[in-house]
Amino acid sequence: MPWKQHEVFETRTVALTAGILVVVAVGGIVEIAPLFSIENTIERVEGVRPYSPLELAGRDIYIREGCYVCHSQQIRALRDEVERYGHYSLAAESMYDHPFQWGSKRNGPDLARVGGKYSNEWHVAHLLDPRAVVPESIMPPYAFLLDGELEPESYAAHLIALRRVGVPYDDEMIASAAFDMRNQASPDGDWQAVQARYPKATVGDLDGDPARLTEMDALVAYLQILGRMVDFSDVDPAVLRQH
Amino acid sequence: MSTLAATTGPVAQSRSTDYVENVVRWFVIATIFWGVVGFIAGTFIAFQLAYPELNFGPAWLNFGRLRPVHTSAVIFAFGGNALIATSLYVVQRTCRQRLFGGQYLALFIFVGYQLFIVLAASGYLLGITQSKEYAEPEWYVDIWLTIVWVAYLVAFAGTLMTRRESHIYVANWFYLAFIVTVAMLHIVNNLAMPVSFGGPKSYPLFAGVQDAMTQWWYGHNAVGFFLTAGFLGIMYYFVPKQAERPIYSYRLSIVHFWALIFLYIWAGPHHLHYTALPDWAQVLGMTFSIMLWMPSWGGMINGLMTLSGAWDKLRTDPVLRFLVVSVAFYGMSTFEGPMMSIRQVNALSHYTDWTVGHVHSGALGWVAFVSFGAMYYLVPKLWRRQGLYSLRLVEWHFWIATLGIVLYITSMWVSGIMQGLMWRAYDSLGFLQFSFIETVEAMHPFYVIRALGGVLFLIGALIMVYNLWRTARGDVATEKVDAGAPAAVPAE
Repeated sequence: MPWKQHEVFETRTVALTAGILVVVAVGGIVEIAPLFSIENTIERVEGVRPYSPLELAGRDIYIREGCYVCHSQQIRALRDEVERYGHYSLAAESMYDHPFQWGSKRNGPDLARVGGKYSNEWHVAHLLDPRAVVPESIMPPYAFLLDGELEPESYAAHLIALRRVGVPYDDEMIASAAFDMRNQASPDGDWQAVQARYPKATVGDLDGDPARLTEMDALVAYLQILGRMVDFSDVDPAVLRQH
Repeated sequence: MSTLAATTGPVAQSRSTDYVENVVRWFVIATIFWGVVGFIAGTFIAFQLAYPELNFGPAWLNFGRLRPVHTSAVIFAFGGNALIATSLYVVQRTCRQRLFGGQYLALFIFVGYQLFIVLAASGYLLGITQSKEYAEPEWYVDIWLTIVWVAYLVAFAGTLMTRRESHIYVANWFYLAFIVTVAMLHIVNNLAMPVSFGGPKSYPLFAGVQDAMTQWWYGHNAVGFFLTAGFLGIMYYFVPKQAERPIYSYRLSIVHFWALIFLYIWAGPHHLHYTALPDWAQVLGMTFSIMLWMPSWGGMINGLMTLSGAWDKLRTDPVLRFLVVSVAFYGMSTFEGPMMSIRQVNALSHYTDWTVGHVHSGALGWVAFVSFGAMYYLVPKLWRRQGLYSLRLVEWHFWIATLGIVLYITSMWVSGIMQGLMWRAYDSLGFLQFSFIETVEAMHPFYVIRALGGVLFLIGALIMVYNLWRTARGDVATEKVDAGAPAAVPAE
């Protein structure tokens, strides 16, 4: 026997479509919407700031090359992960990440706290030829990053776009975007000005080529800030609780 | 119940000349073409993981840029074209009505969808990506796909609304759920702010934890609606047609349809266990993922039991074997998935090859096999041939591809579980026992086996290409036919 109550869905296209829409909307509304309104979804920790223009350029390169395909940036709250990589990742640490880079697969190690663990020189050598540094590595080479020169003048537009989606770049940061990008990677740049706006930013000739501002400078600057914004030595564990 | 199911079952075509068929033929060709492209890309990047020297140096040949080419080629190009081809074929026949919008709307959908694929893939090679997995295309491609998708919805739903049958056949419920839900997921997950309207780069509207949740709400339902609901639509038409039996249970199809589409949407957080996503969301995602096991198996049971009284055809009909084994793989991976969504199991499996193996038991075993079965059914019909060029070649395809899947998923089980265990292994002094690179080294033999599995799967697909090409040309192989083999030719 047919189900009389179900007949409307089998005979009316609009009813079937409306039924489907209602049924598939519920789960997303319940799971996603509260994340924007529950206040302690994002832990209230100090130190998380927008990326400097050079770090942001590096992050765009990280995305462009598909680094997230093989590297996570999300240390799970599991004993072995915390011992291997450091403090488990907080929601606050990626609150300005448009898009998030948590990843889903570790063909290589997690990078959430890789900042400061290796020297700039190590990163450059490793990106040029991974197997020259780690013989067993299966990572592709990224030597071409040294050939890509950055265009600092164009980067203010990126900061403006991010401000529109909620990243707190102020007018001064946007006005000095090109200045900051050049000076962060310059061996004799105005590092104080850069670090005043972007604390803990790694400064200096990052790629070993002081004459040029390359994509390698940008990627190294990005890798060196990862996981270093929050100082966990003075975080009260109580603020890390989410509900 | 079976009498009713028979009356609402696939309707035999009487006046096939009315139907829009030439565009469906092109979708079939596109399905097979992109399938081969996607399998080649997948096999190549599998070898890159085993032999990293295959990352020759240019940016566009690196694993990071090619991996989205592979995933998009198999999911959206191969799978998407298979879904559109079969849905446009099925909706016309089960409604006994010519496609709404006719030839030209169908042509727009065809050209528009192939353009979407080319725009997406060329973007990946050039490094244009928003890095959201399975939603990598940038804003301009997303807008174009939205337009094409609306056209597809109009053609499909319009045909339903102008149908000459009293009831909407069950396969069309699933196709409609797939089309409507994918539209919702696509729009919400791709909300973004372009840097300028003259350039490709944009920044997504959401950040961090909200972006992660939105992405995996999308990502898991790309699985749930693109790769499951849509392909269940294929199952609900082609299994009964090829087996010449009505659907096993009408009531089961109602219950598992609504339960499946309701529960699937909640499953996303199981991609984010033990992360910075709040625990309440993780537990919700796990709970609904486990519940999802039931409607998934409802679909499997309805598909498999449709063979009641026709099991003997499996012996003689390799096309039916593709279809039935695909449903069995569906059952296997929809058991494995809920198991892996349990937090404690996921703690081991996440970030490892186990996930990759799980995806491929679904993608190769379920999605690809049911598509192959549908293609073997459709090509003789659409090109008006008596039957396939060679059933023996279908047999070869079936066994070579099955062997490839077995190599693939077993090697990924071993490497995934091994790596997960190595990451958490402690020595007698209480220190982590293995460095990360030691776990990478241990993967090597399994990466080689996996790549060989991919080669076998690709060879099988090439055999299909040859067989279908000869079929379309109207050739018939002179081969010894087993008694009973005529059952492979659906009666009209």
